[in-house]
Amino acid sequence: MVGITSYGACIPWYRISRKTIYSAMGWLNPATFLPGEKAVANWDEDSITMAVNASVDCLNEVDRNIIDGVYFGSVTLPYKERLNAGIIATVLDLRPDIKSADFAGSTKAGTAALLSACDAVKAGSAKSIMVCASDCRIGKAGSSQEEAYGDGAAAFLLSDSNVVASLEGFYSISYDFMDHWRGEYDRFDRTWEDRWAREEGYAKFIPEAIQGLAKKYDLKLKDFAKVVYPCLYTRVHAGIAKKLGLGPDQIQPHMFDTVGNTGTAYPLMMFVAALEDAKPGDKILVVSFGNGSDALFFEVTDQIENIKDKRRGVKGHLNLKQELDSYEKYAAFRNIIPIERGIRGEEVFSTQISMLWRDRRMVLALHGSKCKRCGTPQYPPQRVCVNPDCGAIDEMEDYRFSDKKGRLFTYTGDSLAFSPNPPALYGVVDFEGGGRYWFDITDCDLDSLKVGMPVEMSFRRRYLDETRGISGYFWKAVPIRVE
Amino acid sequence: MVEGIKDKVAIVGMGCTKFGELWDKSAEDLMVEAFKECIEDAGIEKKDIKAAWLGSCYEEINVGKTASPLSMTLKLPFIPVTRVENFCASGSEALRGAAYAVASGACDIALALGVEKLKDMGYGGLPGIPTLIGEGGARSWLIHPNTTAPGLFAMMANRYFAEYDLSPEKGKRVLAKISSKSHHNGTLNPKAHLRREVTIEQVMNAPIIAWPLGLFDCCGVSDGSAAAIVTTPDIAKSLRPDPVYVKALQIGASSGEELMYTDWDYAHVETTYRVGVRAYKEAGIKNPREEISMMETHDCFSITELTEYEDLQISPRGRAWEDVEAGFFDLDGKIPNQSDGGLKCFGHPIAASGLRMLYEMYKQLQGKAGPRQIKNPTLGLTHNMGGSPPWNEVSVVIVGL
Repeated sequence: MVGITSYGACIPWYRISRKTIYSAMGWLNPATFLPGEKAVANWDEDSITMAVNASVDCLNEVDRNIIDGVYFGSVTLPYKERLNAGIIATVLDLRPDIKSADFAGSTKAGTAALLSACDAVKAGSAKSIMVCASDCRIGKAGSSQEEAYGDGAAAFLLSDSNVVASLEGFYSISYDFMDHWRGEYDRFDRTWEDRWAREEGYAKFIPEAIQGLAKKYDLKLKDFAKVVYPCLYTRVHAGIAKKLGLGPDQIQPHMFDTVGNTGTAYPLMMFVAALEDAKPGDKILVVSFGNGSDALFFEVTDQIENIKDKRRGVKGHLNLKQELDSYEKYAAFRNIIPIERGIRGEEVFSTQISMLWRDRRMVLALHGSKCKRCGTPQYPPQRVCVNPDCGAIDEMEDYRFSDKKGRLFTYTGDSLAFSPNPPALYGVVDFEGGGRYWFDITDCDLDSLKVGMPVEMSFRRRYLDETRGISGYFWKAVPIRVE
Repeated sequence: MVEGIKDKVAIVGMGCTKFGELWDKSAEDLMVEAFKECIEDAGIEKKDIKAAWLGSCYEEINVGKTASPLSMTLKLPFIPVTRVENFCASGSEALRGAAYAVASGACDIALALGVEKLKDMGYGGLPGIPTLIGEGGARSWLIHPNTTAPGLFAMMANRYFAEYDLSPEKGKRVLAKISSKSHHNGTLNPKAHLRREVTIEQVMNAPIIAWPLGLFDCCGVSDGSAAAIVTTPDIAKSLRPDPVYVKALQIGASSGEELMYTDWDYAHVETTYRVGVRAYKEAGIKNPREEISMMETHDCFSITELTEYEDLQISPRGRAWEDVEAGFFDLDGKIPNQSDGGLKCFGHPIAASGLRMLYEMYKQLQGKAGPRQIKNPTLGLTHNMGGSPPWNEVSVVIVGL
């Protein structure tokens, strides 16, 4: 049996009401108004960081050494060349002898990655593969994409044992249907007429894939507990269900008015939400859309109960949110409008790539060392033990801090440092089990910080060096919030 | 047994420029000005100087690397000249080089000069990236949080308040008293950059730079230079009736345990405590609260000054605020601190500050401090702390008659 053994998700902390966007930009095209809110990546997030944070959620209590590969699906890859999945593998502290690949080009890249991972496990070329899908898409100011697109990520671990949802079948269609596209030099999507995209693409391909799968495996749609497919237009989303004869309970809620259209991650995030409510024996149909469609048919096993409450998933993220009440701030976060950074803010140090390679585990995997003599964890990795009563030389073993929780020992909010979301928050973290270092703090306000509060680590983009084409990543501290 | 350099080195000349945003002056201008006053004060000729030390920190901003910016500017005739850098302790580090050269007998007259010209960066505060890279090399850029100096010290204020159970309101008032006191002293000093009274209310209500520190909790950034000529006691006595003797000169650097081990409280600076202990021992001081006449401690931020009173064993742990409130460190108090206005009013051209502090102690001991004159001082202490509370370099110099 091959299928999903674990799942995780990431929804950014910020949400923007579509009314906020519309009141800023609705003058341009009054027809763009959409209901609800959407998830907005913080200024220090991108598709890689969200994929990592979803993957960390997915890997809770999982031995990372069993993973034989990372497949990453996204249409907003931070690097055109430099394997994005390779960055994720390093950050997740996986073995180097693994497969890794980026899946891109269409918003069905996430399901494509999932199918490829299943194929590899089924063929025996890998025992366990991590699949993540993430997107952080932007629309031009005043466009309907700007209203519709949300940010988020989903992650799955695929294997042939301890499966919580087995892949029972699939049906794929592929069409060179240009409802939207981005050329090599485009920053924003270009689109063809909306009515055509809706009626000739979205409203047709999804039913075609679903019906194709039903026919292929001789299934009846009423047998599915949940049917998961992305929502590009709420009315058409409901229309598809009606056309297929799905009952209201069978339609997985689309989250279009809470998270938005998260691109490659969209059907997979909805799938995570479906698994959170699934019972053993449930059949779930997961369908993507983008230059065609993949329909995947899963059956939930009784193993599902073992992981249900150990993942933050979609449910755990949905209500942890902060309203971003300024369109201008949103546009600045996404670099849609240039902001005054000041000369201090414009200073970006040239990343020394050979140094980053040498220190990749320290920087990307947050690896420190632990003294074998006195047991003190320390970051960054040391050769001479920092414990003043020990001082052992070269008696260290690797120690990973990224999955350790800690307490905020002290903090400040700095208005002199440049931050796109001032004041810059940072503080000193004392880790559970030992070890101390200082970190930027994100996804919170200065007023919420207290000496001694619990924090966890979150992977973030620390700087963007546009001159040299570098997205620089590191870990930041985030207050632990309980829903 | 090694006993230190107490009374083996005398200061016979000092110079100090006016500090400030000196847009019309170059680093060379500042070096010449400080040197000119210094050598005239010492009453020697340039050819008498046998070795020199230059302190400069952000050489990439203005001064340049190596010692030749000093030797070429002053036209020193092919003598040994060394450039030293130890963040905010750079000026005192230059003095240490010169003093040790004299104490060891390697030469009989030596010059120490510190200079820093920071106001050519284009923005306020200390340099950003060079500071960051300076702290841990380029590796720091990859993992260091987005800090500036005010934030690094603000974290100490938040810890101090938590550790000793001071409300933010109470804590900020104590810190405000420290800044207000220094501003008063600065009004009496023509060489200070900032020369106006600032009330406790003004300090408390100023815009926040890094919580809980506001604008007036922070010292300024400025340009300046200061210099000292040191020699043997015998030569000193032949040159002037009132040489000032070095009683102790100690430097220390963080061990790394503050930032990476979990014992340190971030409510004091361990290096300052350790260096103070060594300096008192070298000077033979048993009870600093009773024996020290006056101080110039490193007041880059008000919280730094508050914790220094405890680290230098003037006030008991957690109770320096009581002494501050009682006016113990005011110009007319038991141990005046920052009689010249301190970093608070001079600003902080990094490598010049240590020698600027020494200049005030020197003038006070000679009775030449004008309206700021402290009555019959016998021992003055200067203290520099570079870097940040968990990661720093500290110097303590004690001088006396």
